[in-house]
Amino acid sequence: MTAAKPDMITVRDLTKTFGDFRAVDQISFSVPAGKIFGFLGPNGAGKTTTIKMLTTILKPSGGTILVDGHDPVASPHEVRRSIGIVFQDPSLDDELTAFENMELHAVLYGLPREGRREKIDEFLRFVELLDRRDDIVEKFSGGMLRRLELARALLHEPQVLFLDEPTAGLDPQTRNHIWSYIQSLSKEHGTTVFFTTHYMEEADRVAEEIAIIDHGKIVARGAPEKLKEEAKAKTLEDAFITLTGHSIREEEASALDSMRNMRKMWKKRR
Amino acid sequence: MGPVYILWLRQVKRYLRSRARVLGSLGQPLLLLFALGFGFGPTFEKAGGGNYIQFLAPGIIAMGILFTALFSGIEILWDRKFGFLKETLVAPVPRLLIVLGRTLGGATIAMFQGAIVFTVCLVAGFRVEDLSMLPAAFAFMVLIAIAFTAVGTIFGSVLEDMQAFPVIMNFMVMPLFFFSGAIFPLKGLPKALTAATSINPLTYGVDGLRGALTHGPAFGLGLDFAVLGVFAGILLVVGSYFFSRIEL
Ligand SMILES: Nc1ncnc2c1ncn2[C@@H]1O[C@H](COP(=O)(O)OP(=O)(O)O)[C@@H](O)[C@H]1O
Ligand SMILES: [Mg+2]
Repeated sequence: MTAAKPDMITVRDLTKTFGDFRAVDQISFSVPAGKIFGFLGPNGAGKTTTIKMLTTILKPSGGTILVDGHDPVASPHEVRRSIGIVFQDPSLDDELTAFENMELHAVLYGLPREGRREKIDEFLRFVELLDRRDDIVEKFSGGMLRRLELARALLHEPQVLFLDEPTAGLDPQTRNHIWSYIQSLSKEHGTTVFFTTHYMEEADRVAEEIAIIDHGKIVARGAPEKLKEEAKAKTLEDAFITLTGHSIREEEASALDSMRNMRKMWKKRR
Repeated sequence: MGPVYILWLRQVKRYLRSRARVLGSLGQPLLLLFALGFGFGPTFEKAGGGNYIQFLAPGIIAMGILFTALFSGIEILWDRKFGFLKETLVAPVPRLLIVLGRTLGGATIAMFQGAIVFTVCLVAGFRVEDLSMLPAAFAFMVLIAIAFTAVGTIFGSVLEDMQAFPVIMNFMVMPLFFFSGAIFPLKGLPKALTAATSINPLTYGVDGLRGALTHGPAFGLGLDFAVLGVFAGILLVVGSYFFSRIEL
């Protein structure tokens, strides 16, 4: 065994432009295998755009990416096999049951038929949804949906787990729950975790490594302790202000939340 | 083939769980059956066309399939809007299999709807003349379902606007139906109308279905089958192409 762990994710000069707007601007970082990596930044910083490029659903305008040794542009299939994702926005079929959503995922990822059922139950138990196994997802609360998405993303035992704002809009108790699942997963299975958040205190608590992104550029990288030390700040929140000259909270309870509410109302009328 | 099957199954489950879906797309075909069937019937028969319900029913069944098949494309828009599309697009599954599963799912539902319309036609007095031809009729129903579900897939992949989709589909349904020989015989039409009907793929579906159910095909079942089959194949390829280009 060598001392230095190989990198699970390597990003060099990654750029994404929409028209002449640079959503992600020449960012570089790497994530060592087995680490929990936090990608922080305010709304609109470019976090989701970065995750989309890492997970093969958006083509970069420039730069290179390696995920588990594969390039998402050249070999999307290999990357897709290595990764699990919880998207920022819901991605369940809410007319199916929890079990059916899991089963669909299992089949798409080619899990063998025998043992499939048991495995699904095991992961539903892990996120404490086993008792809701055969309920239609439409009736689930936001926290339950999130947990189900997490269980689904883990079902095929990915090398890397991508979580885009996994706790946004959830109550503190559910947030704690979700982080404890993720930490135990990282500890027990050595899964690499790449998450984004705009909750600084969560990143401070959970992440082993952090990159802070603002206006498409990475403004700081390192362990939370190191970042706070460098910025001579007590909290990451303060460190962020020192680094960027503005607060991360500016647009909290954002447009996104109001869009979610609109969706809910619209769906009720359907 | 696992992914194709599970995506097919998903569509079927969603259909069976939604009564609104079942009833929603029956309205138009049934309205046409009763309005045309009983309204035009006496005139048609006086003119020596024979029993009009007997003539009309295959067209109405085709219409029931057409309508559901075209509108199944909106599921892509729903899935895009409510996120499920992402789940399928990041899975390590070729998009061709995804679009195949979806299309077969949509086509199966269109077949269910066609079967319901068929039953209503029987209640309204329609009689199958040769029961041994039912498998041929079934084959034509399948081809119509696949071809027009693929058309729905094309529009569902290209359009991103929930409002535009039904508008465009409604705009297509009526001309496809009226210029297909569903409601009037193809013989002795004005030239322009003959041109319109002969480039309309549904014409061959209606003609084949009518031929199989009541012995009156204008073109012959072989030609109908070949034209519709080729057409369905091409549309499947085009639908897959547009689906595989979707970006989120
Ligand atoms: N498809 C797109 N077209 C144009 N602009 C986009 C698109 N996707 C994202 N953006 C813009 O890129 C910026 C970064 O967005 P995003 O990555 O979603 O931010 P974050 O996830 O950090 O909140 C935002 O200003 C957003 O409006
Ligand atoms: Mg985001």
